[in-house]
Amino acid sequence: MQWEVVIGLETHAQLNTVTKIFSGAATAYGAEPNTQACAVDLALPGVLPVFNRAAAEKAVRFGLAVGARINRKSVFERKNYFYPDLPKGYQTTQLELPIVAEGGTLRIQVPSTGSGQAYEKDIRITRAHMEEDAGKSLHEDFHGMTGIDLNRAGTPLVEIVTEPDMRSSTEAVAYAKMLHSLVRWIGICDGNMQEGSFRCDANVSVRIKGTDTLGTRCEIKNLNSFKFLEKAIEYEVRRQIELIEDGGRVVQETRLYDPDRDETRSMRSKEEANDYRYFPDPDLLPLVVSDAYIEEIRSALPELPQAKRERFINEYSLPPYDAGVLTSARELADYFEATLRSLLSKGVGILTTPEYPSAEIFAAKITANWVINDLSSALNNASLEIVDSPISSAQLAGLLKRIQDSTISGKIAKEVFAAMWNGEGEADAVIEAKGLKQVSDSGAIEKIIDEIIAANPGQLAEYRSGKDKLFGFFVGQAMKASKGKANPAQLNEILKQKLAG
Amino acid sequence: MLNASLKELSALLAGKKISSFELTQTFLKRINELNPALNAFITVDAEKSLAQARAADERIAAGQADLLTGIPFAQKDIFCAQDWLSTCGSKMLANFSAPYDAHVIEQFNRAGAVNLGKTNMDEFAMGSSNETSFFGKVKNPWDVSRVPGGSSGGSAAAVAARLCPAATGTDTGGSIRQPAALVGITGLKPTYGTVSRYGMIAFASSLDQAGPMARSAEDCALMMNVMAGFDSRDSTSLEREKEDYTRDLNQPLKGLRIGLPKEYFAEGLAADVAKAVEAALSEYRKLGAETVDISLPNTRLSIPVYYVLAPAEASSNLARYDGVRYGYRAPEYGDLTDMYQKSRAQGFGPEVKRRIMIGTYVLSAGYYDAYYIQAQKLRRLIAQDFETAFKQCDVIMGPTAPTTAFKLGEKSDDPVSMYLSDIYTIAVNLAGLPGMSVPCGFGDNGLPVGLQIVGNYFAEAKMLNVAHQYQLATDWHQRMPLLHGEG
Repeated sequence: MQWEVVIGLETHAQLNTVTKIFSGAATAYGAEPNTQACAVDLALPGVLPVFNRAAAEKAVRFGLAVGARINRKSVFERKNYFYPDLPKGYQTTQLELPIVAEGGTLRIQVPSTGSGQAYEKDIRITRAHMEEDAGKSLHEDFHGMTGIDLNRAGTPLVEIVTEPDMRSSTEAVAYAKMLHSLVRWIGICDGNMQEGSFRCDANVSVRIKGTDTLGTRCEIKNLNSFKFLEKAIEYEVRRQIELIEDGGRVVQETRLYDPDRDETRSMRSKEEANDYRYFPDPDLLPLVVSDAYIEEIRSALPELPQAKRERFINEYSLPPYDAGVLTSARELADYFEATLRSLLSKGVGILTTPEYPSAEIFAAKITANWVINDLSSALNNASLEIVDSPISSAQLAGLLKRIQDSTISGKIAKEVFAAMWNGEGEADAVIEAKGLKQVSDSGAIEKIIDEIIAANPGQLAEYRSGKDKLFGFFVGQAMKASKGKANPAQLNEILKQKLAG
Repeated sequence: MLNASLKELSALLAGKKISSFELTQTFLKRINELNPALNAFITVDAEKSLAQARAADERIAAGQADLLTGIPFAQKDIFCAQDWLSTCGSKMLANFSAPYDAHVIEQFNRAGAVNLGKTNMDEFAMGSSNETSFFGKVKNPWDVSRVPGGSSGGSAAAVAARLCPAATGTDTGGSIRQPAALVGITGLKPTYGTVSRYGMIAFASSLDQAGPMARSAEDCALMMNVMAGFDSRDSTSLEREKEDYTRDLNQPLKGLRIGLPKEYFAEGLAADVAKAVEAALSEYRKLGAETVDISLPNTRLSIPVYYVLAPAEASSNLARYDGVRYGYRAPEYGDLTDMYQKSRAQGFGPEVKRRIMIGTYVLSAGYYDAYYIQAQKLRRLIAQDFETAFKQCDVIMGPTAPTTAFKLGEKSDDPVSMYLSDIYTIAVNLAGLPGMSVPCGFGDNGLPVGLQIVGNYFAEAKMLNVAHQYQLATDWHQRMPLLHGEG
């Protein structure tokens, strides 16, 4: 039987406001327990919430970034349930009238897998609403007791809900990654998944391929890494299919993923679910936003990843993959463009690489390659963010310029890059100090080649008798003799002539 | 001195005829003597009060006194006051010492007033007789076998018995006006949003409003000048210009149009109350006012609507009392759920539990539309009744309560009959309008009767004027109950 997987995601992203959504307490992560909880967060008798409008501004920014309709009037409601880390006995959230209404979409890039090619897909955003985070229950450090830390209580969240538009764990992860990139891109969430700033709930169901009705879904809660999201969905899909194929029935329930055992476990069934008794919070007025307010936020939005990605493809002829990687984070895209601009400002020179249609496109491609590969892996190894790169975009452009004008080969450039990374100075200074300038003097190259040929008569004879593969051997020997500095194109050409005899 | 108005006390203090210390001591002594019979106070802390009095005396000496500086006020125990027990009349908060001041307390402190103590009240302000308090029933100073009304019964009894010059109250469905009527004092529930609810322990957020309880309209006006004003810590606080509530006190009433809702003079109104109210209306006619017959057709709906909405909000507002962070926790329990259940079962009294259950029910899936949503729609109809009425009149008058004070225990076992004692006051809260009760005579049994005055939104100054002119012409508000224990 052919099964189809149906997934919808609900993502909680903490809005990076300075203070909490309904109190003046700080939202910073990692303080001593209960040092960032004021009277309002503790729900002392008599305290009242006051809405922090900075949260609305960020939620509206998100809504506009995905092209959703913004509700001019949204309403906070109380979701009532008892839990020790929920001090008021209710969570203030939005239900009937969320700040971000329907109409949003997020285009995702789904990478190729063993069975298929890479593709793009639009995921519909159903809604996004603001709410407060709960505190944390700490079970580990207390024997026979539970500790309560209310520092997180009242941290603003935006909960972003999709339609059940995803059909595989790969699509779900691609969506989560794209959303993660977007919320950081527009500066509303720090995206720190370890600290719980960005966490997903996945609604998963399966159905026989070709049917229209949705299967019974299970909600898997609190997935705080892309890997867990993927694994939890994969486990859950297997579980549901096996259950049905064995003649069973999926029960609607909330499940938890246990990463240690790589399985999901039932938390509570639909029957056990709380009746949350939602009703409009009488302590808070409806939130009203004007057209002017929305337009002001719209006009301040940065170029969005999707638009930038398309521009990189069109303007710089970058392959879609490169454009996608470069636009995965705004800082990375900015670094790339700054480097490229700096490189082009040094003059494009003449095109020495015939496989590229223009010097500009060549410049863009080598810049993309260096940012995506050499720079990114160096940053990764050092656990640094792009904004903390020891090599500035201008410095990298200085290095790329020397590749472009054939002062050094790509291979030597890696050595120069390493030296620059270690703080040994600008590209030109390193090249000068280490004597790494490419040898483009044909006389000098001929001399090296003559010596190599003379020293290897056997290989020469074999080559001349038709063993073409030995060309590589001679290139290697000659390059080694030049300490890597010979201009590769020139070397190839001269060697070909000399070997031909 | 016990009968001196706030203005007179202010003059005595300013003229150094008396110190705040002496004045405070005088009232503390009287509380000491009479409170055991009345049970009007939950907390009296002479040391704290006298320290404030000394500070007030210094301020007066330094020439920096405001009008109310040095005058002692009793505060309903619903207001959080720093380092004072703030119990809300409940076992749940019997041990709760507030770490901060409510806006109302702050305002009195800023004015240099003295906190004379925290007054008794129905538990979480739920009640019309002050019999639901964990700290015992409050007695009516006119007849200690009778209730003082509720929920601000402690403040009402304290003012009537001259245990304090004036007090604060809160009014969710009549909790200032009904006890004011039953003990013969003057009380004002302002327009919703006029006095900040910050630090006032919530019962039903969309209805709760604090106001003054005093012996005269003039005293209420002076207290309003201190209590009212925008507070950014309460999102429902209204951002308006500060006003002087005494400004219109002396305006003549000639041409005043008084609306008389036929529904307020119908079945259920005791004859002696009706008689006293009629007499008051005659007095108003003498003062130049005219009366107009009006109708508030949805009055009968106000009690059912109120007993859906107020418990709904209360069930959620009181969820924070879970025994986790402060307040009462059951001494013995098994798991978490057991701790919640036992703490709440033991910490709340029966009326509070009843309302939490009603509120939980009306918000439940499947009932929400039929009850909560329906009640919200009717609430708008009730407000529209008043909107229509105020096209025909300037103020609305009628009885505050259908009867004079009833016997302690008389209605304790019959919640619906208890709820009906707020029939004339509740609609005013649902509409968010200001309402007052003014003493207007005595019933057959010698118990006080209150005249209710309802004004349009923000018409407090007008209502205080209407009440003040009546009090210039009558002396009902100056009658003082004779109390045992007096020297």
